[in-house]
Amino acid sequence: MSIFIGEDTRLIVQGITGREGSFHTRQMLDYGTQVVAGVTPGKGGQTFESKVPVFNVVAEAVAKTRANTSVIYVPPAMAAGAIMEAADAGIRLIVCITEGVPVMDMSRTMPFVRARGVRLIGPNCPGLITPGASKVGIIPGNICAPGRVGLVSRSGTLTYEVVNHLTRSGIGQSTCVGIGGDPIIGTDFIDCLEAFQADSGTDAIVMIGEIGGTDEQNAAAFVKKSVTKPVVGFIAGQTAPKGRRMGHAGAIISGSSGTAEEKLAAFEAAGIGIMRRPADVISLLQTRL
Amino acid sequence: MNLHEYQARALLKSAGIPMLDGDVASTPSEAESIARRIGGKVVIKAQVHSGGRGKAGGVKLARNPGEAADHASQILGMTIKGLVVHRVLVVPAADIASESYVGIIMDRATQKPVFMVSSAGGIDIEEVAAKTPEKIVKMPVDPVYGLLPHQALTLGFALYQDFAQVRAAARIMEQLYRVFTENGASLAEINPLVTTPDQKVLALDAKISIDDNELDRRPDLALLRDESAEEPSEVTARRANLSFIKLDGNVGCVVNGAGLAMATMDLVKYYGGEPANFLDIGGSSNPEKVISALKIITSDPNVKAILFNIFGGITRTDDVANGLVAATQQFKVKVPIVIRLTGTNEAAAIKILEAVGMRALSDMDQAVEQVVRLARDAA
Repeated sequence: MSIFIGEDTRLIVQGITGREGSFHTRQMLDYGTQVVAGVTPGKGGQTFESKVPVFNVVAEAVAKTRANTSVIYVPPAMAAGAIMEAADAGIRLIVCITEGVPVMDMSRTMPFVRARGVRLIGPNCPGLITPGASKVGIIPGNICAPGRVGLVSRSGTLTYEVVNHLTRSGIGQSTCVGIGGDPIIGTDFIDCLEAFQADSGTDAIVMIGEIGGTDEQNAAAFVKKSVTKPVVGFIAGQTAPKGRRMGHAGAIISGSSGTAEEKLAAFEAAGIGIMRRPADVISLLQTRL
Repeated sequence: MNLHEYQARALLKSAGIPMLDGDVASTPSEAESIARRIGGKVVIKAQVHSGGRGKAGGVKLARNPGEAADHASQILGMTIKGLVVHRVLVVPAADIASESYVGIIMDRATQKPVFMVSSAGGIDIEEVAAKTPEKIVKMPVDPVYGLLPHQALTLGFALYQDFAQVRAAARIMEQLYRVFTENGASLAEINPLVTTPDQKVLALDAKISIDDNELDRRPDLALLRDESAEEPSEVTARRANLSFIKLDGNVGCVVNGAGLAMATMDLVKYYGGEPANFLDIGGSSNPEKVISALKIITSDPNVKAILFNIFGGITRTDDVANGLVAATQQFKVKVPIVIRLTGTNEAAAIKILEAVGMRALSDMDQAVEQVVRLARDAA
């Protein structure tokens, strides 16, 4: 078992003929992901790598291929439109890899996505992988191994670092999800914690956060209340300098400065095992599994 | 990207928000002539991207044009929180009957623009928020419909009793919301919004931050960036498409990915060292980026040793290795370099490095311990 993606994932790639899109489509195909269609307006009728049919619009791709999931590699200014197109076409899970999407665009896109009951992961995220079954996004498949630890992270390469430690120590993963570090994202820590808690294929959860905002604190409160599986966590940026902050609104809205100390204290209070460094994930999990 | 107060004022003014006259000066004589044109008492305000300007002596009252010139000559060139003041704003000294706070922020939690207003305005608004949060009125705005008339009025009533002032404030809320959305801001603040003894409502000071992701499609806003207000090495880095923040330590760090870069700095500290910088070379890195990164880091005389920490996902580690070799051939790096490479094309990368006598480690902890030791020995 796994969360969000698995054997039944039928994927379309929006931006399949672009530089990033084509490179990562090859990687996903090699990994065994069922890539059933690609979408690039104006290139409908072509076939990608003589395997994947390309369509002009998402609705047509969905109608012809019964796709249920989409991954987006289009330029930032087009990303919000691509997300809404996928949501409108009946895609159930949208993964937006694109980095640099204007936050105002996301603020207008989220109500549209929610109104259709669609799950969005990202933007500005590495996507997710259910090792051995399906990979959607850019997480390198070779560092992952099938297993029973769920991982959720705000970061990209730091996720790889931690997954690599797990795999090398013989600890496989049920699903690894990179939720992205942007201010407005479709799926947050709590959504993933909830899914891992409900997933019979997951025995323990690793959570990788960063300084800034209050998502980790909220997630810790959720763990305390609703998660019975063991959770271990890391916060990147423990030594980051305090920025030259402008204005007061950020501190007022969150009632917090989003420091590592605050987040680690919240972890502690929720009984989350604290990783002082990425390598600590192994010993912390071993004592809890 | 933070705007200066004078730039934020221009955006507010073009939206029709009532403000006092004023202008920006970069020399004492300019400040003097602006003061003369305005007439009466003026306030000289340092234009830097930092809070706490008043407390640092960067805001001064001048009774006449001569004093305006004197204050400007003191403030121009002074350093506030590490930033040199290149410009001052000269504005009339206002007669103030009351001070309020008005802010809009893109809120992560509600995923909407949220207004925050308080009749307890002024510089200590964060203290108000911490001690008496009930004095701050928060209102999320649906970005699809915008600020609705009854919402703007509600915000006005939260600040004033006099209905003329309520209406004036409501109008300012609508104008500020338009500035916020039309410029892709992540923050827009009027602090303070004041009333004058003759019952007018005026914006005295403004802060605006633009979402960096807007700048590609808004060249007009990108032009507002003031590179003289930034750390020079950070400007060089941005031009090379690197994300860089200078710090005070002696271990230079070159990392791919912001999370891993922060975790690397944390680990340097964990092993008793001090990072000299945060540097993220980003995803698909070409060798040129590595060369730029090394140039920026080696220009800091504090750096005693350099760590490369690369986890290849999209980043190909052989690209990084090629960049390293090219850079060290272009210019002599006088401090030791510790290289940690793992992931995509790792074997090819190691071969490239070994051909020129360089070594790479695959374990992050081991690499950090080593670079911290080398920096300590050299210090």
